[in-house]
Amino acid sequence: MSERASIEEADEADEDGETAAEQAPVTTGAQSVVRALENAGAEYVFGVQGGAIMPVYDALYDSEIDHVTMAHEQGASHAADAYGIVSGEPGVCFATSGPGATNLVTGLADANMDSDPVIALTGQVATDLVGNDAFQETDTVGITQPVTKHSYFAGDADTVGDDVGEAFALADEGRQGPTLVDLPKDVTQGETDVEPGEPKAPDTYRPAEEADDANVQEAADVLAEADRPLILSGGGVIKAEASDELRDFAREYEIPVVTTMPGIGSFPEDHELSLEWAGMHGTGYANMAITNTDCMLAIGTRFDDRLTGGVDSFAPDADVIHVDVDPAEISKNIHADYPLIGDAKAVLRQLYDAMPAEPDADEWREQCQTWKDEYPMDYDTPDDEPLKPQYVVERFSELADDDAIVTTGVGQHQMWASQFWTFTEPRTWVSSHGLGTMGYGVPSAIGAKMAAPDQEVVCFDGDGSFLMTVQELSVAVRENLDITYVVLNNEAVGMVRQWQDGFFEGRRMASEYPWVPEFDKLAEAFGARGFRLEDYDDVEETIEAAREYDGPSVVDAIIDPEENVFPMVPSGGDNGLFALNEDHLEMI
Amino acid sequence: MPGPAPDERMRPEGRRNEQGIRVDPEAEATHEPREAVLAALVKHEPGVLAEVSGLFSRRQFNIESLTVGATMDDDVARMTIVIEEPDPGVEQAKKQLEKLVPTISVRELEPASTNRELALIKVDGEKPDDVNAVAEMYDGTAVDVSADSITVEVTGSQQKIDAAIDAFRQFDVQEVARGGTVALERGADTLQDDD
Repeated sequence: MSERASIEEADEADEDGETAAEQAPVTTGAQSVVRALENAGAEYVFGVQGGAIMPVYDALYDSEIDHVTMAHEQGASHAADAYGIVSGEPGVCFATSGPGATNLVTGLADANMDSDPVIALTGQVATDLVGNDAFQETDTVGITQPVTKHSYFAGDADTVGDDVGEAFALADEGRQGPTLVDLPKDVTQGETDVEPGEPKAPDTYRPAEEADDANVQEAADVLAEADRPLILSGGGVIKAEASDELRDFAREYEIPVVTTMPGIGSFPEDHELSLEWAGMHGTGYANMAITNTDCMLAIGTRFDDRLTGGVDSFAPDADVIHVDVDPAEISKNIHADYPLIGDAKAVLRQLYDAMPAEPDADEWREQCQTWKDEYPMDYDTPDDEPLKPQYVVERFSELADDDAIVTTGVGQHQMWASQFWTFTEPRTWVSSHGLGTMGYGVPSAIGAKMAAPDQEVVCFDGDGSFLMTVQELSVAVRENLDITYVVLNNEAVGMVRQWQDGFFEGRRMASEYPWVPEFDKLAEAFGARGFRLEDYDDVEETIEAAREYDGPSVVDAIIDPEENVFPMVPSGGDNGLFALNEDHLEMI
Repeated sequence: MPGPAPDERMRPEGRRNEQGIRVDPEAEATHEPREAVLAALVKHEPGVLAEVSGLFSRRQFNIESLTVGATMDDDVARMTIVIEEPDPGVEQAKKQLEKLVPTISVRELEPASTNRELALIKVDGEKPDDVNAVAEMYDGTAVDVSADSITVEVTGSQQKIDAAIDAFRQFDVQEVARGGTVALERGADTLQDDD
């Protein structure tokens, strides 16, 4: 961007090292908004220009904050979301009023379900037009209220900067999540000389830090007495930067660890205590352990139904110790016998100190190992069959850097990526869990790469999911982002097709996509590098070529169209009765 | 994939009920819905009522009444929300309400708290003396009288209002406006103490 270059040159010329932007006093609401973002440490904004947000963009012209123009506002919200997951700091997205704002909603709902820190700033028509059905007007606060931690309507140029600072802090503190500030055009254009203060969460928001000591001791005593103890590590462990504490705790007291899907990376999957992740398509051994544990230490998980299956059969013998920073998650879905409300990092330290002894669980650990042997993650690889997607993921995992970040769309490919990639570090798994947003893949890889430019970024997508946000490939090309996209192409919305085969008598209504474009050629049309992959013999060579290409590349991997995802717990089913194949589905 | 079939696997005996509570075979607790009165202090700003009512509708809490009004503090409004939920639902509703950013404090009021509802009942005006007699039975007052109609104001518990409306039916009830429950804790205790 040429304007950026000129500003940077001007900054470098500034002898005392302070930027021009820092020195200039605020004169408009829009400048106050941008100043608030600068105060909060924002590096990037993902957004799309438009009428009502133009004053804010104009103020951004003079800022050090980099703007990444996305092809669609949904892409902006997903990129900001992924940026938040990888960096741990709120990702910022901009959109104009009306359609711009409504296009953000999917990304905000996604961030809300997964507790990802995102702040969205939306333009709004001038306050004297609000309520009159003015051009590009919509009730953005009303629409987004149910899918954010809080949505603000900023009605005053003197306070708009503090509104933004508050929204930023709120997105970041306690249980993270999305916030939105709606910015009427007359407010951002309005004159003000009020400099925003430091970002500060509202005074009614006071998340707990440490849990009550007596409660911690009680929980530790129960856990130490358990015969079949199990740790269930959720996404909250990663959000709280508590992965090290989790690892120390599990290793010291030798307790097997199951993660949720958002908790992938919180505990190294190659560690002997790891049972990987549980739930609908989790490992057989994780689901056996969940079903048979007598004491579950669940940390930073909201017991989503894709994890629990039917609640009647979820860990039915277990005393549940539930650690969560959000009191409303306690006993929402699964009753907590020992609730510990607090920050996961702090509470894990408290628990570590409070444990009176290591649980006597040799037999249980042996049992878990037996299950690992009995139910290995596996698939058929006869050479004469079409390419198996699991092989592509597994091989890529072996070739990739240890700290490579994987993002995905939503569908079968997402499950294969999570099942067959070996994750060992937090913030390397970026996916849409709670909302299950097809189209999350292409923009999320952009946000991830922006947050971690020195790490390898791989996006596994499906043909259906890729098509939903493929336009964002133009952004990856423009920003020259070194991302490897792998489209596991089965010419179908495969998960729907799998369910139709399993539960709708094979009536494949609207699930087969034999008309999808050749994604390697599509990639070339965007200016990316395209590869087509069909044979086992070419897998390694193609992956390496795509990895070596310095810029976005797309591997169109033509996979077995009939391949399905197993293990599987049918919706609302019993985790212990997971199916390993179609025959098992008939039995349960 | 290898591995024992579903019916050959190790399984525990227990189970949970629909609230996710482990069922103790000796004392299987079922939670019946009950009426709970929640009182909340919230910031007095635009959109709060929509936020609260939206929360209750999208979480499928069975709401009986919701009233909102000003307090002594211009910046604070008070809401009284009556819901009918099993115990875990009441707890969850309270916690979800506490989570909203504009919420200052929330409390479930004791069953013995002072609960009042207001109703205006408009009836046919042909028998004013009889209407007055019934109104007196319910400590009501005629607040508007015309040749064709009489409007009576009644306050009291929800049950008392129901009974009063029933009693007025003999005069051809033309319209009823009910205000929903407002409530205060008995004694010196106030919601501000929770803040």
